[in-house]
Amino acid sequence: MIQWLAALASALLGSMGLGGGSVLIIYLSAFVGMEQMRAQGINLVFFIPVALLSLVIHTKNKLVSWRTAALALVGGLPGVFAGYYLAQWLGSELLSKFFGGFLLLIAVRTFYQSFQRPKESPQNTGSGEQGPRRGGLQ
Amino acid sequence: MKQNKGTTIASGVAAGIINGLFGSGGGMVAVPLLKSLHLQDRQAHATAISMTLPLSLVSGWLYLRSGAFTLQEAYPYLLPGLLGALIGSFALKRIPIRLLQRLFAALVLYAGIRLLL
Repeated sequence: MIQWLAALASALLGSMGLGGGSVLIIYLSAFVGMEQMRAQGINLVFFIPVALLSLVIHTKNKLVSWRTAALALVGGLPGVFAGYYLAQWLGSELLSKFFGGFLLLIAVRTFYQSFQRPKESPQNTGSGEQGPRRGGLQ
Repeated sequence: MKQNKGTTIASGVAAGIINGLFGSGGGMVAVPLLKSLHLQDRQAHATAISMTLPLSLVSGWLYLRSGAFTLQEAYPYLLPGLLGALIGSFALKRIPIRLLQRLFAALVLYAGIRLLL
């Protein structure tokens, strides 16, 4: 039941632009005590259908810049291999410490972000004065 | 334009490394770089997902191949994940994002400390 809720919350937050799958890893690694590499692998598979669904919605709303994405992949694919081999080299124990440090950075940034104004063009928001950021869906 | 290309590729490199290293968080590092281009918040988020999806496929395959986990272990999370994504995309406008951001930051901070101790 709790793992069910963790997955639900993870995708819910992810679809709002809050740290994708990291809630599921946090649950598995920091609270259940699962090996870091295993938690990360599970999270990657978990993310795929969630991302597909979000992408369909975002594409319908014409929010995806495919040219940008294609160009980014040129650097992204070698990056994945580099990151993965680095993770392998570190091993789960040490990797979880780095992940912990990464989480602290995310926490600081997200907190800081919560005080900032979103960047959106006037015609998208209707009025210049708007409250909190709106993410994914139109 | 040249600078834009460099920034775009750099956002991919950063997202790729983080995705391979941590199995998540690629979007978190790509979004600020994408926003520094001509993209608005929502475009940057949407575009980040279009990058992290293929990156996660490759990364997930590498993890799977190494025996770090099995697909069977991941199955139970797929359905609630899809449900959460659906709810999220419809509830988006009715949710106080700023409050959510602070709650999320608190949870992440707590988890980070737990992992480091």
